[in-house]
Amino acid sequence: MDPSTWDLIGRNLWPMLVATVTQTIPLTAISFVLGLVIALFVALARISKVVWVSGLARAYISVIRGTPLLVQLFIVFYALPQFNIVIDPFPAAIVAFSLNVGGYAAEVIRAAILSIPKGQWEASQTIGMGYATTLQRVILPQAARTAVPPLSNTLISLVKDTSLASTILVTELLRVAQLAAAPTFDFFALYGVAAIYYWVICVILSFGQNRIEERLERYIAR
Amino acid sequence: MTDLLTVRGVRKAFGELQVLRDISFDVPAGTVTTVIGPSGSGKTTVLRTLNALDQADSGVIHIGDVEVDFAQPVDRSTLATFRAQSGMVFQAHNLFPHRTVLQNVIEGPVIVQKRPKAEAIADAKVLLEQVGLGEKADQYPYQLSGGQQQRVGIARALALKPKLMLFDEPTSALDPELVGDVLRVIKDLAAAGWTMVIVTHEIRFAQQVADQVLFIEGGVVLESGPPGQVLVEPTQPRTRQFLQRILDPI
Repeated sequence: MDPSTWDLIGRNLWPMLVATVTQTIPLTAISFVLGLVIALFVALARISKVVWVSGLARAYISVIRGTPLLVQLFIVFYALPQFNIVIDPFPAAIVAFSLNVGGYAAEVIRAAILSIPKGQWEASQTIGMGYATTLQRVILPQAARTAVPPLSNTLISLVKDTSLASTILVTELLRVAQLAAAPTFDFFALYGVAAIYYWVICVILSFGQNRIEERLERYIAR
Repeated sequence: MTDLLTVRGVRKAFGELQVLRDISFDVPAGTVTTVIGPSGSGKTTVLRTLNALDQADSGVIHIGDVEVDFAQPVDRSTLATFRAQSGMVFQAHNLFPHRTVLQNVIEGPVIVQKRPKAEAIADAKVLLEQVGLGEKADQYPYQLSGGQQQRVGIARALALKPKLMLFDEPTSALDPELVGDVLRVIKDLAAAGWTMVIVTHEIRFAQQVADQVLFIEGGVVLESGPPGQVLVEPTQPRTRQFLQRILDPI
């Protein structure tokens, strides 16, 4: 490669790292946590025996999974202002990503909850636990074991999906690479660096996933 | 002797299937009642209505100082008090796999009854000693044999200090070798004066431990009385046939 390319990369390593740490990672973390909270409630609603509650949850999941994430982002950022709902880029991205994760993770959490034998609910009931306590102390800790691998997938996808926020003016990692590359036409170098940054985050997350899985396996016979 | 448990006219259907037609019986305080009957007779459902795991459609159940008429809508707090009267031991133990033996036993006392943790732990250790598992307090359920798991299940139910203990075929899922340990624990409880209702297929055990035997068939109590009568000289031909099949299967 041309020495000026190396120079370009060198000058942009730091700004891209800053964008990663101040935008991409917080965007991912906040959206994932909010998304999980949404997902838990949607999953419980979906399991509910009350028909309209489960119907509502079903519809939500269907809409989220049936429309492109990019369209969801555009609706929150570009379409809502038509109804006088104006949201800044970063919070708009949080809203869209959280709702998106909520839809996907709801199905994962629902399946994980349903994988716990009925006897666990019954045993909890006979020792006097109510619904919320049973969920919190008995069902969710066990369901976590089933849910961690697919939820890790969701999280890792989300890391990369945050690059879509570049289209609604969030100056996250990809956006910084784009801005730096535009005047030079040296796209390969800067998009290459961006790719490596995303990949490193995902490698670290995979490592974390393994650690969590090992921890959750400790009470299971092998 | 006063009755700790009285059951009057309990009915229960699952969809179209009328499982319990008209169940009535009394259990005096400090006595052991065993429930026998063919599979599908409703004997497990009887036990489950006593703890409202399955709520009766109608009928009146009186345990300790709580009386519930299931023909009326039952509010949540009444139901909770009703459930707290009895402890349940399941056929498949249903221990919490993610908690140690000790944690399983103190879960109810600490989380539900809000008792001080140190006190609950001290009590739990006595109970585990009583069921012969003092050494196993810090193990996880998967590290125990089926019989040991079942005895933890018994300790977990006892820890809540219920007035009545319910056992749903506590030995049916166990290797024959492990049955004895569990039955011995139940016998000790009987000797200690616990009031118990036990659904079981162990006829010899029923004979030794029971003060009263109920033979249930088709959702009604077909015959009841002391074990010497129901198990030895049953008056109903159906009871006789059932016992013969169980005691001499070939």
